[in-house]
Amino acid sequence: MDKGKGVAMGRRWAVDFTDNSTAPSSRDIPDPPGFSRASADQDDSTVSRQKKDAESNWKAQKAWEVAQAPFKNLLMMGFMMWMAGSTVHLFSIGITFSALWQPISALQGVGKVFEPYKDSKVDLLGPKLLFIALNLGGLALGVWKLNTLGLLPTHASDWVSSLPPAQEVEHSGGGMPLH
Amino acid sequence: MAMAIRVFLLLLLFFSSSYPTFSLYEDQIGLMDWHQQYIGKVKHAVFHTQKAGRKRVVVFTEENVVASLDLRSGEIFWRHVLGTKDAINEIDIALGKYVITMSSEGSMLRAWNLPDGQMVWESFLSGLKPSKSLLSVPFIRNVINYRSSVQTSLKVDKDNLVLVYSNGCLHAVSIIDGEILWKKDLTTEGIEVQQLVQPLGSDIIYAVGFGNLPQFDACQINAKNGELLKHDSATFPGGFSGELLSVSSDTFVASDATRSILVLISIRDGSISFRQTYISDFVQDFSGTAVLLPSKITGIFAIKIDTFTVLIRVTVEGKLEVVDKIDQGVAISDVLSFSEGQQAFALVQQGRNKIQMTVKHSHDWNSGLLEESIEMDQQRGLVHKVFINHYLRTDKSYGFRALIVMEDHSLLLVQQGEIVWSREDGLASVVDVTTAELPVEKDGVSVAKVEQNLFEWLKGHLLKLKGTLMLAGPNEVAEIQRIRLKSTEKSKMTRDNNGFRKLLIVLTRAGKLFALHTGDGRVVWSLLLHSLRKSEGCESPIGLNIYQWQVPHHHAMDENPSVLVVGRCGYNLDAPGVLSIVDTYTGMELNPLGATHSIVQVIPLPFTDSTEQRLHLLIDSDQHAHLYPRTREAISIFQREFANIYWYSVEVDNGVLRGHVLKDNCILEVADEYCFNTRDLWSIVFPSESEKIIATVTRKSSEVVHTQAKVIAEQDVMYKYVSQNVIFVATIAPKAIGEIGSVTPEESWLVVYLIDTVTGRILHRMIHHGSQGPVHAVFSENWVVYQYFNLRAHRYEMSVIEIYDQSRADNKDVWRLVLGKHNLTSPLSSFSRPEVITKSQSYFFTHTAKAIAVTSTSKGITSKQLLIGTVGDQVLALDKRFLDPRRTVNPTQAEKEEGLLPLTDSLPIMPQSYVTHALKVEGLRGIVTMPAKLESTTLAFIYGVDLFFTRLAPSKTYDSLTEDFSYALLLITIVALVLAIIVTWVLSERKDLQEKWR
Repeated sequence: MDKGKGVAMGRRWAVDFTDNSTAPSSRDIPDPPGFSRASADQDDSTVSRQKKDAESNWKAQKAWEVAQAPFKNLLMMGFMMWMAGSTVHLFSIGITFSALWQPISALQGVGKVFEPYKDSKVDLLGPKLLFIALNLGGLALGVWKLNTLGLLPTHASDWVSSLPPAQEVEHSGGGMPLH
Repeated sequence: MAMAIRVFLLLLLFFSSSYPTFSLYEDQIGLMDWHQQYIGKVKHAVFHTQKAGRKRVVVFTEENVVASLDLRSGEIFWRHVLGTKDAINEIDIALGKYVITMSSEGSMLRAWNLPDGQMVWESFLSGLKPSKSLLSVPFIRNVINYRSSVQTSLKVDKDNLVLVYSNGCLHAVSIIDGEILWKKDLTTEGIEVQQLVQPLGSDIIYAVGFGNLPQFDACQINAKNGELLKHDSATFPGGFSGELLSVSSDTFVASDATRSILVLISIRDGSISFRQTYISDFVQDFSGTAVLLPSKITGIFAIKIDTFTVLIRVTVEGKLEVVDKIDQGVAISDVLSFSEGQQAFALVQQGRNKIQMTVKHSHDWNSGLLEESIEMDQQRGLVHKVFINHYLRTDKSYGFRALIVMEDHSLLLVQQGEIVWSREDGLASVVDVTTAELPVEKDGVSVAKVEQNLFEWLKGHLLKLKGTLMLAGPNEVAEIQRIRLKSTEKSKMTRDNNGFRKLLIVLTRAGKLFALHTGDGRVVWSLLLHSLRKSEGCESPIGLNIYQWQVPHHHAMDENPSVLVVGRCGYNLDAPGVLSIVDTYTGMELNPLGATHSIVQVIPLPFTDSTEQRLHLLIDSDQHAHLYPRTREAISIFQREFANIYWYSVEVDNGVLRGHVLKDNCILEVADEYCFNTRDLWSIVFPSESEKIIATVTRKSSEVVHTQAKVIAEQDVMYKYVSQNVIFVATIAPKAIGEIGSVTPEESWLVVYLIDTVTGRILHRMIHHGSQGPVHAVFSENWVVYQYFNLRAHRYEMSVIEIYDQSRADNKDVWRLVLGKHNLTSPLSSFSRPEVITKSQSYFFTHTAKAIAVTSTSKGITSKQLLIGTVGDQVLALDKRFLDPRRTVNPTQAEKEEGLLPLTDSLPIMPQSYVTHALKVEGLRGIVTMPAKLESTTLAFIYGVDLFFTRLAPSKTYDSLTEDFSYALLLITIVALVLAIIVTWVLSERKDLQEKWR
């Protein structure tokens, strides 16, 4: 991810030293004597194309790497949750909420994460989908943890435990004679 | 690391296995509880005034208490409660150091050490042939007329004797060790002894009494060996009424069978002579009957004719002459011999708000020794008894002090025309208790007077802080404790936010209503109920119960709350009832509702009118229902719910439970639209040869239940069957009605029922074979806990029954619940016959219970505790968790998480969970719990001969800070933090500035 950022920094501005135009008419300045444009042009274009290919390849590779990064997180979260146990206390609550918060914040910034790798030749859909899927997985893990802690109203008991007793239609009193 | 984990696990195990206890620290005693000691209405008092040492009076009371009181302050030196089965008949002081008590109709004789109340000896006096006629009047007389002199003169082998006539035998018992020296059976002589007389300086005892009623008998018995010397008898043709008074050592007064002739009996010179006088001869316009008032005065006796009390003197010649005729209430003391041959007695007459005490020589009526008039609170009623005692003034003349017992059972010491001390001993016989709220604190009310000023407050808190930081010296520690105990906060006369301050409205047997403050137990007001006093229409009124009549809140805030006191004229169920409404703020009797009908049952209805007066249905002995209050509004509310009101009656004698329903208006001579006829709806007849009702219990109508669901392991739900209309009935085999152990396990059983009182449907029935009563039970929410004796295991057992509603059990689909598609909130009718299941379990319990109650909180969220009044007159708090029928020997992990305890065969008794801590509530009779406003807290009032009040938190005070929380520390911390923030901010600003200049 750092590398990607470095690239993005480099591309903020650029001077194009290569001239790909082949038509001499389009130029104000005539070619110097003894300069054969055709061969040089040919050479330059192949080099730049190669470069570009390498770059987009690198971008695609990076994008996939970034997309896979939450997986490590997922594993770590899983381990932390297992450590926290299933009783409600400060530690387990903290872990669970961070496990819920991380995927959510990551999902919110999906566009930003993949912006550096934006390229016409790079297909970002795959990595994005993977990234989203993994984060959703993380979210699911968090929710599952929340449920194991018993903090989700998924049982009947959660819905009826505050219901007051039903009203009675009849009223009866009495007992032994007062003495 | 491993070590740490192991330690942690061990600690975890320790904490999870230890049960929470609710014990107090030593310095917390008296912070939220109070204890008051009483003795009850004094029946007889004996003074002990030695020249040196502490002056004291020994009394015995109607509550079967024998006590020694400080004559200067009325404090109790020592006290023994003998219990209801061992009623005290007489007491006296012997040899100046023993208190002799005779109890159990003369079969028990005990001697107590006078200074400290230790028992010296105890003798059982058995009668040879306890015949019927002889059991009635046994008594002890170590010749009271000549108390101190005769005791020492009556010597057998230098042993001092007590003479006891009981069960037809005359016993002579040694005072020193309680040994029975001789015993004379007088049943063979055919005499029912009424008086024992020991003439001065003689070894002969006269036992006089009646043979068959027209016959008068006198026996002469040798005091040394009990030998019968002579037996005289004579027949009086008019017959005797059975009363006999002694006016001197050889003269007696009796009345004839018609109670219109007084007979003077003389046994002088070994012969019996009668002399009869018609009462009409010396009392003008006498008609009816005369009653001899029991008195022990030489030469004078009193008779009661209608409302008059007539004092009659017996002259030396044997003539009777009237010396005084008093038409008000009068009390006459026994005779007191105070110096050589001088005898005096006191006469207390009732004035309007004062009493007149006269002390006179018994032989000289005309000269009074003392005449005093004493201001008396009208709420104390009439003078019932008076006991006099003399003391030597500094000028060597004799002064007299009197112990006076009033109508409200209070005890007063009167000396020199003033009340020296008084004891509210009516509170020893509490009949019923209810609570009332205090007035709301208003802006105008001077709070500042009660509240300490800010400086005082800060000083107190600083002191507390010092205490917490262990910086306080012993003086300061004592000061802290004093501040804690005497906190004005708890005894204020206004409502508090936590609802700890309330009034306990207490009805006593004397018909007096007391309002006690829950903060410190002081009497806020007291009222001798006019309607519960003896009057012409009401000969023996008894107070029965108190009900909440008006509890204003919301829209009727300006009304004062009031209670309804229900009483009855006499002990029969068909005697006319008495109703009275009392304002609990002022203690004034509002318009007394003169009920003309009898009152068998009072049913508070769950409806109130616009002034928050609760509707009550009073059932009379003809099964008519009377509606109160008698207003148009009440009847319109009542008519709306008419079809849904039922009532039931429990007939213990017939073994029948009957359900009734209201029918129509009564048809009486006078039209009464507040009276309704009822008809029988159902009845349950228990087979009389195998079952007898011994206990019934229902839920308290004021109980609040938070939820209908019980969440069990694995988040599962069970629905409680919460109904007001369920009664718990316990029956036992008729043979097993007696004492524990009087039957074999095979012929004894206990059957328990849960019965719906609307339809008469039996919800649950269970038999405990080999079990016996008494049964004490408590019903709360959907469970009953009851205690009985298991004859097979020779132990007390406690059982619990829980009822669950099976018809709602399938409400388990979350989505339906989320969408609200369930029948859980729909009104419940008993006629829909809801299917119920019950769960039950039994445990051994070590203590004999005297009473069982359950804690109650304002919202019903806090877990419950059972309060068990033990045989040792203490109260034990036991978590309801221990009585959970779902307990198993090996609970699963989920059940453990739920908090289910592993099953044990007996219930644990933790010494820390006694709510009465080190105190005893002597003669414990009842436990009353009431909710405070704070959900975690419940108030408990325990009454018997003593009173005890405390505050309980069954799940600890989870919703408030502890009593000793240091607000000062909190305040100081906050201030220090704020200061630190300000200082660091200033410093950082300055540093920033310097940075920028650089």
